[in-house]
Amino acid sequence: MWEYANPKRFMGWTAPVLPWAFGLSAVCLTIGLIWGFFFTPVDFRQGSTVKIIYLHVPSALMAINAWVMMLMASLIWLVRRHHVSALAAKAAAPVGVAMTLIALATGAIWGQPMWGTYWAWDPRLTSFLILFLFYLGYMALWAAIEDPDTAADLTSVLCIVGSVFAFLSRYAVNFWNQGLHQGASLSLDKEKNVADVFYQPLLFAIGGFVILFFALVLLRTRTEIRKRRIGALQRREG
Amino acid sequence: MIPLLRRDLMLATRAGGGFGLALVFFLIVIVLVPFGVGPETDILSRIAPGILWVAALLAALLSLDRIFALDHEDGTLTLIATAPVPLETVAVAKSLVHWITTGLPLTIAAPFLGVLLQLDPAGFAAVAGSLLLGTPALSVIGTFGAALTVGVRRGGLLLSLLVLPLYVPTLIFGAEVARRGVAELELTTPLLMLAGITAGAVALLPFATAAVLRMNLR
Amino acid sequence: MPDLGKYAAEVLLAYGVSLFILIGIVVLSWRQSQRTKRDLDAAEAQCNG
Repeated sequence: MWEYANPKRFMGWTAPVLPWAFGLSAVCLTIGLIWGFFFTPVDFRQGSTVKIIYLHVPSALMAINAWVMMLMASLIWLVRRHHVSALAAKAAAPVGVAMTLIALATGAIWGQPMWGTYWAWDPRLTSFLILFLFYLGYMALWAAIEDPDTAADLTSVLCIVGSVFAFLSRYAVNFWNQGLHQGASLSLDKEKNVADVFYQPLLFAIGGFVILFFALVLLRTRTEIRKRRIGALQRREG
Repeated sequence: MIPLLRRDLMLATRAGGGFGLALVFFLIVIVLVPFGVGPETDILSRIAPGILWVAALLAALLSLDRIFALDHEDGTLTLIATAPVPLETVAVAKSLVHWITTGLPLTIAAPFLGVLLQLDPAGFAAVAGSLLLGTPALSVIGTFGAALTVGVRRGGLLLSLLVLPLYVPTLIFGAEVARRGVAELELTTPLLMLAGITAGAVALLPFATAAVLRMNLR
Repeated sequence: MPDLGKYAAEVLLAYGVSLFILIGIVVLSWRQSQRTKRDLDAAEAQCNG
């Protein structure tokens, strides 16, 4: 399995996979979003804002999964020193930021009519904001260090330590908000409240987001490998 | 470890060492807050524990980039790394010096500055206690951040960006202890969580700091 | 166009913002990829030639 992580092999197998991945994600997203947008009934409580779910839930899911993927790639880099792994982690971060931004923006837009405010310091919202800050710090560290291997090492350690603290923050934030207002959280328990009509297009949308994330990470990793190669060529020249 | 500690303490307390700067910064922030939110006593006394915690956190942040930067510039850090002391010990010593020169003075000063914010005298013990328990975690986490950015020129801003999200859990539980202490509520749970975070950070993060230093000095 | 009721503005805004970000990240990644590909070809040509 590890031989597919060899940069040359990686470039080889990703080239034909890439158009299929982008195509499949486009198909899934189109089906999921059009089905969700045009052909689902409105919720009796939320009105038409329920349609935002097809963007909000998949992007929130991928925002967390992108970080988990970065964590695994960082561990693989530290243990097995596969360069592609470190570059994949680097490539995933901006995609994760985009997903976090979509989740935050759609959440805020949904919150205005439903909760009467764009922003509430609800545990889930706050955790996502903190996750967003972690992504920014991670990307800033990659950008700041010149030597690529040192940068990969340092960002990997930051990713691992950051994961522990992000996890702690999640629980701290839960505790903190309950400390302020006792009782009900504003957030809907989505898993339990989603009816079948909404669930099927949601699955397509989630699938589309997952494949899109995969395709983007592959594309961006290919870019990073090429950049690394350019750097190596320039060092040989100069 | 002891000679290293003594050397760093001496450097920090000498002229130009920056000792006391964090304390003055803390004082200034506390003075500025009433200008920002207005002089009403009840508002000030309600936000006092939180403001004291946030100000202490920012003051601790201010002196982080000195932990390794100067030693790295003049090559001392490389010498220390080759000395027969494990880098983990060096990391602990550096954190301890940072705590003694910022965390401890901030803890002692907090109740006095709390007076300026109309902090209820009943809450003095809780504010000082929560800071005493929480500032070691701030120092250890900050040392880790300083080690990450040691090779970056003008890394101060980057350091803040990396460290501030890591400070979130400590801040939440620390400020919660202080707030509940002032309101004379039950505070065992946040106190235990704060103690747990500090203990965990002090026990584990020096290893990460040492690993990061090794990567940077390679 | 389905009847979005009184929340039409919010729903459309949410879709607009999300699609903008999604298309943005795809286009950005694509353009970066094309640019590095060109740069790499140029660098390799220079190396061999």
